[in-house]
Amino acid sequence: MDILPDKLRLLYESMLRIRLFEERVAELLANETEIKCPTHLYIGQEAVAVGVCANLRKDDYVFSTHRSHGHYLAKGGDLKALMAELYGKATGCSKGRGGSMHLTSPDVGLPGSSAIVAGTIPIAVGAAMAFKLQKKDTISVAFFGDGAANEGVFYESLNLASLRKLPVVFVCENNLYSTHMPISACLMDTNIYKKAESFAMPGIRVDGNNVLEVFKIAKEAIENTRSGGGPTLLECMTYRWRGHVGPNFDIDKGLRSKEELDYWMNRCPINALEELLLNHSIMSELEKMQIYESVEKEVEEAIAFAKESPYPNQSELLSNVFKT
Amino acid sequence: MRKISYVRAINETLHQLMEEDRRVFIIGQGVTSPWYVGSTTVGLIDRFGPERVIDTPVSENGVTGIAVGAALAGMHPILVHSRMDFMYYAMDQIANHAANWHYMFGGQLSISLTIWAIINRGGEQAAQHSQALQAMFTHIPGLKVVMPSTPYDAKGLLIASIEDNNPVVFIDERWLYNDVGEVPEEMYSVPIGKGVVRCRGRDVTIVATSYMVSEAVKAAKSLEKADIVAEVIDLRSLKPLDRNLLFESIAKTGRLVIADGGWKTCGIAAEISAVVTEKAFRHLKAPILRVTLPDAPAPASSVLEKVYYPNANSIVSAVEELFK
Repeated sequence: MDILPDKLRLLYESMLRIRLFEERVAELLANETEIKCPTHLYIGQEAVAVGVCANLRKDDYVFSTHRSHGHYLAKGGDLKALMAELYGKATGCSKGRGGSMHLTSPDVGLPGSSAIVAGTIPIAVGAAMAFKLQKKDTISVAFFGDGAANEGVFYESLNLASLRKLPVVFVCENNLYSTHMPISACLMDTNIYKKAESFAMPGIRVDGNNVLEVFKIAKEAIENTRSGGGPTLLECMTYRWRGHVGPNFDIDKGLRSKEELDYWMNRCPINALEELLLNHSIMSELEKMQIYESVEKEVEEAIAFAKESPYPNQSELLSNVFKT
Repeated sequence: MRKISYVRAINETLHQLMEEDRRVFIIGQGVTSPWYVGSTTVGLIDRFGPERVIDTPVSENGVTGIAVGAALAGMHPILVHSRMDFMYYAMDQIANHAANWHYMFGGQLSISLTIWAIINRGGEQAAQHSQALQAMFTHIPGLKVVMPSTPYDAKGLLIASIEDNNPVVFIDERWLYNDVGEVPEEMYSVPIGKGVVRCRGRDVTIVATSYMVSEAVKAAKSLEKADIVAEVIDLRSLKPLDRNLLFESIAKTGRLVIADGGWKTCGIAAEISAVVTEKAFRHLKAPILRVTLPDAPAPASSVLEKVYYPNANSIVSAVEELFK
């Protein structure tokens, strides 16, 4: 295996952090009313954010979507500030102005996430254009879902990025559903990676539940674009366990079958890496328990922090409409 | 002082801004064309090269997103939309992204972006090549909107727009391009949010925007014959609006005619009328009248254009109505 053991443990811990955070958020959503903002869970897709972001530097930019917790955490965003944002608190990463769909962490290279499908794709291209103008070797990544392939601006962005050979990687997370609609009802050709061919850029389909595969292929795409090779489109095949929004699984609503969900839950990206690490003695049972405990503690501390934090001051409603 | 045309003032300003600040670049349709945007961009490509003078294909939303992303990465882009009509394609990036970014992320990031929006009409160009959409952009929180009416203000407001830390929609009327006026060679800015009195008066206030300012000045001259002394206010900025200048004038005259080259319903004139009614009602001696485009698409035939576009005569008629 050509990924160092330390890196493998980091990938594991990073996926686990997203998973345990979101499992607790799902519980809180189901049992409390303190989190009120629309919350789109990433459970099941962790390998994509983690596999890609593990190849990025802090000063590389990542742009995200309405389903943004995973990207935020994988890029190194602060967990407490994320939880507080979900609670609408002043200590949140967006000061309680954004909610779950609008996370930012400028210090670690996450300028923001947008709830308009495909909205951040051209913005990522623009950041890449700026990096090129500034003669920096930083790059930009656009995360988006399969639904974005139905938006015109997706195609505009691929074309413009390729025309100017910009340092950007397009990461499509194909979780097979665009809200309630299966992808087959949305796209005549569901091979999203093949769209790249029309723009003369590499398009690669990746097993998005295999973090090692995501890591390796993203690494190649990122190194290539960083050294001036232009953009790549990655299509990571994955699945969200929960419904489009909120904590439920939605199998009772007739949108998808229990069998389909079971199939994907059996392909859990975290379990797969865990088995591999244990079988190859890269991680011991004891180490696994320690990682679990430390992440669980982090999540509980974040909940306590969020609950104790003050709400934004109502007198500041109109602050920051403009930058002064 | 030196006198130059409006179009030359814009061209000179672009050269100076790009020379002075490496963060400034220009992007949009037609910026390397000798006629697409008048002759405003002449010479830029030869002097600054295709890296900073970026002519783009017709991908209005994608290109606008690129400008937003470049601003997030520290650049100060000048984004050109050669006709306001085409900006409907870009509304998502302007209204959902550029306008919201600062507020939505708790004031941590800003979009220093100049959106140079050109009104190009008359000459039988009809409904999709004639629109003046200032009201639409003024409606959106997070955008500043300016409309120069003279070569001096074109230069000063363009510089102020680029110096601003927010997205500024700089709306330019091509009917003004051949106007000649005093313009200093050195760089200066005209403050955003400050209007100016073009003619001092006592009997009626005429508030005007863009090309309607010179029509208002003509109207004021003509009204002198009837012993009506009109005060003409050039708003220059639609957002923020120079309310105090309006209130001071209305306190003096007690009568108000608003002349704007956009549509009537929910237009700039409607907004100003509302602001004055709310805050200066006690000074009003007569109803507020609006001189605007009728609520109809622009026609092609020049015979119809003559009655579609308001001018000095329309303003004179409105003022006379108030004194009947």
